[in-house]
Formats: sequence, structure tokens, C-alpha cells
Amino acid sequence: MGLEAKLNDNGIITTTVDALIEWSRKNSVWPMPMGISCCGIEMMAAAAPRYDIARFGSEVMRFTPRQCDLMIVAGTVTYKMSHVVRKIYDQMPDPKWVIAMGACTSSGGMYRSYSVVQGIDQFLPVDIYLAGCPPRPDNLLNALIQIQDKISRTKARDFQDQPLPELTVIQNN
Amino acid sequence: MELKELIEQKLKENFSSENFVFSEYRGELTLTLDKKNIVKVSSMLKGNPDLQFKLCEDITAVDWAKRKDRFTVVYHIYSLKLNSRLVLKANVDEEECNIDSVSSVWKTANWHERETYDMYGIKFNNHPDLRRMYMPEEFEYHPLRKDFPLMGIPGSLPLPKK
Repeated sequence: MGLEAKLNDNGIITTTVDALIEWSRKNSVWPMPMGISCCGIEMMAAAAPRYDIARFGSEVMRFTPRQCDLMIVAGTVTYKMSHVVRKIYDQMPDPKWVIAMGACTSSGGMYRSYSVVQGIDQFLPVDIYLAGCPPRPDNLLNALIQIQDKISRTKARDFQDQPLPELTVIQNN
Repeated sequence: MELKELIEQKLKENFSSENFVFSEYRGELTLTLDKKNIVKVSSMLKGNPDLQFKLCEDITAVDWAKRKDRFTVVYHIYSLKLNSRLVLKANVDEEECNIDSVSSVWKTANWHERETYDMYGIKFNNHPDLRRMYMPEEFEYHPLRKDFPLMGIPGSLPLPKK
């Protein structure tokens, strides 16, 4: 059925390094739950037993960016918050992906206003724009599957020799 | 005794020389007063044992854009003793855009006045900590003023580098 069907009598499997790395990467995407407003509730529902994001290997929501490779920006991002979001994104190790969950993060949504960033792609590289206000949990799972598809199209060498981002340290007394 | 008569009587006893205007709309009593009287009238309304307006529910402002006194500062206060609300209104001109802080009367007023300062740019004299409430501290504008564009001033709020 699974891997054992591919194994021959000697227990040897031949594959490419890329395929192996993609396979392991895409089946254990660790999300950084950036739940800023109501979309965060749907994200929590996606992690709960009814929708169960664990079926796709992403149940390990880490509240430290240093252990994550997928940032789910779930909720309205204001200009004041944008610096925090970017700072957390910069702390995530490469390779990393971003889901802009919901209308607000994708385009500002119904908040056509001076305080809300009209789309987080103004300061973050976004991989998936997820429609809905808020999107249903199954829709988030669909976005995760699309991220997995995207990961399976990458090559391991795509991420070599990338310069580390320089973090600015802000001191508040 | 009606609330209006009661307050009128107390105001007459304490500030006989001042001018107060009452108005009523849908059972909501409003007292319009001069901005220089705001602190002493508030502390009387709170401290008088027959009135006891001890709860300051909200402080905000109205921008009338083209009126002579451009702003109206609005105070919503509540008396548990009388189970009734009172609205205080004081007009503030754009040239002298300030009013005395009532945070010495009601502690709650501290943040309400900070919010009003942030959104309308009305300065509250003798306020203990008059910083912006919502917008970043280096922001130069006051978003709820009528001449502030809905989508903001381009470039006034910096975004992180991509």
C-alpha cells in the first residue's frame, strides 16, 4: 500500500534527493498561527478534531516563529501591526511560505480605511491568497494542500545560499 | 423632582453667575456649558451627595467642520443614585484647541481623553499622560477630523521593508 510496496527484497529504494526532501517537507509543514482577528477562530477550528489539520501533517502549531515554515496570517493587519508581522516572518528559518488568510489580509477586505494595510503583499511575499470572510476551515485545508503542491514543485537547491535577513533591534527602554 | 430641575437647582446654588443651557432629546438630558467650567461643574456633579454622578461612561468629540466653534467635546456620565444619565457638552474652538482634563475627577477619563486627543487633536490641559491611544506616536494627523481623507495620507504610516 504505502512505502513498503515500493521496496524490493533488499529493502532498498532509489529516488532523488529532491524528491525525498520535498516529500518530507510537504508532509510536515509546521504553521506559525498568526491569528490576529476573526480568521484566527476558523484557523483554530481547522486545528480542532472536526476538520483536523493533523491529517495533512500540520498539527504542530508553534507559537515561536523559529520552529515554523508556514505563516498563516489570519486576520486584519493594521499599519501598526504590520511591523510585528514582518518581524515574526523575518525570524522564521528558510524555506518558508505565507498564506494570506481571508479578505482582510489579501486586500484590506471591508476595512477600506486609513489604518488597515490594503493587502499584506505590500510588505510580505505571499504564496496563497485565501478568499472568504472568514474562510471556512476546509478552505484553509485547501490552501494548505496547495502549499504542499507548491512545495513539491520546489528543488532543494532553490534555497541554497540565501542571505539571512538582517533584523533590526528596536529598544523600548 | 425631575432630574433637570434638580441639576438646575444645584447649579444655581453653586455657580449662580454662570450660564448653562439644558436640552432634551428622546429622554436624554444634555447640559451645555462653557469649556472653562468643565472641571468645577464635573466635580460638583460627582461630589454633590444628592447627585453623585460617579460613573464617567464615555468622553468623545464631534467635529462640525465649518462651524465657528469647530469641536464639541461630549461627556456621558451616569448617577447610580438617581439611575439616570447626563450628557455634558462643551464647545472648543480650532484656534484654542484645548480643554481642561477631567481625569482628576474621574480616573476613567484618562484613557478616554487620550483617545479623543488621538482622533481629534484636542489637547487636554493638566492631563497626566497625554499620549496617542491607537495611532503610532510619530503619526502627525488626527484621523476622525472631517478634513482627514478616508484612506489616510500616503506615506504617513510607514510599512516594513519588503
